[in-house]
Amino acid sequence: MRALGRWLVAALLLLIGRRRARPARPERPRYEAGGRDELLVLTLLAAVPAACVAFVVVYFTDASTQWLGLALGGAFALAAAAAGIAGKRLVSQKRHVEPRPELEHPEEQEEVLRELHEPGEGLTRRRLLLTAAGGAVAALLGALAIPALSLGPGAGGRLTRSPWRRGRRLVDEQGRPIAAATIEVGNFLTAFPEGADKEDFASPLVVVRIRPDELRLPAHRSNWAPDGILAFSKICTHAGCAVALFRYPLYRPRSPKPALVCPCHYSTFDVARGGHRIFGPADRALPQLPLAIDGEGNLVAAGDFSGRVGPSWWGVRKS
Amino acid sequence: MGGPEELIRGAVSYFDARLGGVPVLRKTLHYVFPDHWSFMLGEIALYCFVVLVGTGIYLTLFFDASYAHEVYRGSYAPLRGTEVTKAFGSTMQISYETKAGLLIRQAHHWAANLFLVAIVLHLLRIFFTGAFRRPRDVNAAVGVTMLALALLEGYAGYSLPDDLLSGMGLAIGYSVLLSVPVIGAWLGALVWGGAFPGGDEFVSRLYIAHVLLLPIAIALLVTIHLAIIVRQKHTQFPGRGKTERNVVGTRLWPAYALRSTSLLLAVVAVVFLLGGLVQINPIWLWGPYHTYAATNGAQPDWYLGWLIGGLRLMPPLEIHVFGYTLVPNPFFGGMLFPLVVFTLLYAWPAIERRITGDDARHELLDRPRDVAWRTALVAAFFTWVAVIFVAGSADQISVHFQIPYGQQVWFFRIAALAAPVLVYLVTRRVCAELRSRNSRPPRGAVVRRTPAGGFERIER
Repeated sequence: MRALGRWLVAALLLLIGRRRARPARPERPRYEAGGRDELLVLTLLAAVPAACVAFVVVYFTDASTQWLGLALGGAFALAAAAAGIAGKRLVSQKRHVEPRPELEHPEEQEEVLRELHEPGEGLTRRRLLLTAAGGAVAALLGALAIPALSLGPGAGGRLTRSPWRRGRRLVDEQGRPIAAATIEVGNFLTAFPEGADKEDFASPLVVVRIRPDELRLPAHRSNWAPDGILAFSKICTHAGCAVALFRYPLYRPRSPKPALVCPCHYSTFDVARGGHRIFGPADRALPQLPLAIDGEGNLVAAGDFSGRVGPSWWGVRKS
Repeated sequence: MGGPEELIRGAVSYFDARLGGVPVLRKTLHYVFPDHWSFMLGEIALYCFVVLVGTGIYLTLFFDASYAHEVYRGSYAPLRGTEVTKAFGSTMQISYETKAGLLIRQAHHWAANLFLVAIVLHLLRIFFTGAFRRPRDVNAAVGVTMLALALLEGYAGYSLPDDLLSGMGLAIGYSVLLSVPVIGAWLGALVWGGAFPGGDEFVSRLYIAHVLLLPIAIALLVTIHLAIIVRQKHTQFPGRGKTERNVVGTRLWPAYALRSTSLLLAVVAVVFLLGGLVQINPIWLWGPYHTYAATNGAQPDWYLGWLIGGLRLMPPLEIHVFGYTLVPNPFFGGMLFPLVVFTLLYAWPAIERRITGDDARHELLDRPRDVAWRTALVAAFFTWVAVIFVAGSADQISVHFQIPYGQQVWFFRIAALAAPVLVYLVTRRVCAELRSRNSRPPRGAVVRRTPAGGFERIER
């Protein structure tokens, strides 16, 4: 392999050397009827149908994308070369000079303006008529634009609706309830409200578990994380992506603290402090869902989110 | 019956007798194109658009724009049995079951990426050479509008298959729309027909926008763009025999027609070679979208990178009043930033006119070095956007080069402000250097023997 490489380098050097040594080529007249260029174009043109046939053959046999692309692209490349060489070498390259048209017509401008103004000259309330006509046109356009409003239902309603209620069970993607005992410290999973639309922004949760002594929740949320299990909305409050990354310290003294990270713009939320933002462009905290454990040991919601879910809009409450 | 000459003669006389079109045809064949490679960039964009329409029509015959659910039963084993939307399922069908489907789909996607590359390079050419001055300010505005529409069109296109990346892109788009002051929530509901992620009414709107409304708008603007060029004729770089009142170059027939055809064929060739050999947007690896799913290291198509960068670099600033959010954060990076960029692009011809007081007609282009202040300003402006664009890939940089993401954000924030200043100064300097090197008197002239036997002197 190395020997081959050395040979290649040697050959390359030789080629470069030869090219340098060669005296400057006398300039060939570009327009040359007959001769080598015609033959070259002819060869290229003859190869085009061959490549096309190859394309058809590939299509009817294994139809692999690579061969199809190579054959079809090759056919076009041959044709491009033929046309290019013909355009540069086979036909006249004569330089032509064309005068530019004059664009402006000052006298005609005046005439046209006069003709445009003439009809209105006898009228007494020209201004008023024009204003009224303008108003009428604007009103017509406005009326025509109104049906476009049917495109959407009014805002409100859906943006703020949430399927989470006290006592609603958390289920996994297959709809099975989630036993609190199966979640270990450092775990991370996605959960949904039982029986609700999973795709709704207000539905998906990230459930994580950290050590209870790590919790730094505000006082009124002190009972929202049974056994250190926390639930947050999975939709980033910055730009609506799923907060799909969970950073959990592997080596406590050096690693950063447990956090949820959105992979779109890397907004990072402090898990222990109730979804507080610590890095990235998001401004609002990740909404937290209070959790409880029901009689069967499964996770249930103990209320609704601490704030509005998903990306912000004008007038949304900050927390 | 004669040969092709006879056929063409017949066609010409047929249409001349009915439409009187021969003078127009003659004028067209005589149309002069100045020769410069940078004039091809717009043409490449045009040909990409042609390929996009062609491949796009093919894809509409197989794609099903619906969020209705179905169970995937195709030949890609890892997803078999998964519940997917018909949009996702039909894109999988195109990729795996339809013969040549993946080739056309990937060619379509590659063409979209190249389309925007060509548009942006063309735009740079226009800005660096002052081609936007009177009388072309009007066509510059048409072009900038096409860039905006092309960005929207690309975004709509890659949002259609309902894979994980397209869903994440839509969620961000929805959030940006929602963040518009006062009317954001209403706008979001208007476009999505309710709350995100929306249902069939939303995907059918997205689809009709992608396959009908936006392409027609772009096609219309392309027509206007070209009609204006034909009316005003091309600009040209200064040079021997070139004045403000003529065009010097090659006629459409035959040389230019052949070269341009060659360029069209070359664009198609590149797109099909890429479509066949280089994988793009393998949605089976991303999987179907759910609001509750996201992946790390997601990157949009390249031309949206600057918006991701804008969203990522923006400090956590929101405007609050009495505990209520008024302007949410995505507004700044996702809405205000592109608005500023596009306003500057639209307004630049007028701004420059104000600065220089030059409202004369310009048919000769500036060489970038000759108008150093403009070249430097334009370079600084594009550096600003480019730094933010690179910041959109900061997560990839942190994976590949082990540079912590948080440090990069600060680096790019500072670079976005500092790099344009630096580039401005360096560009002015480089322009001055180039100019001084150029102002040396030419050494001698070339003497060439003419076919008639005489000698002619060619000034350099």
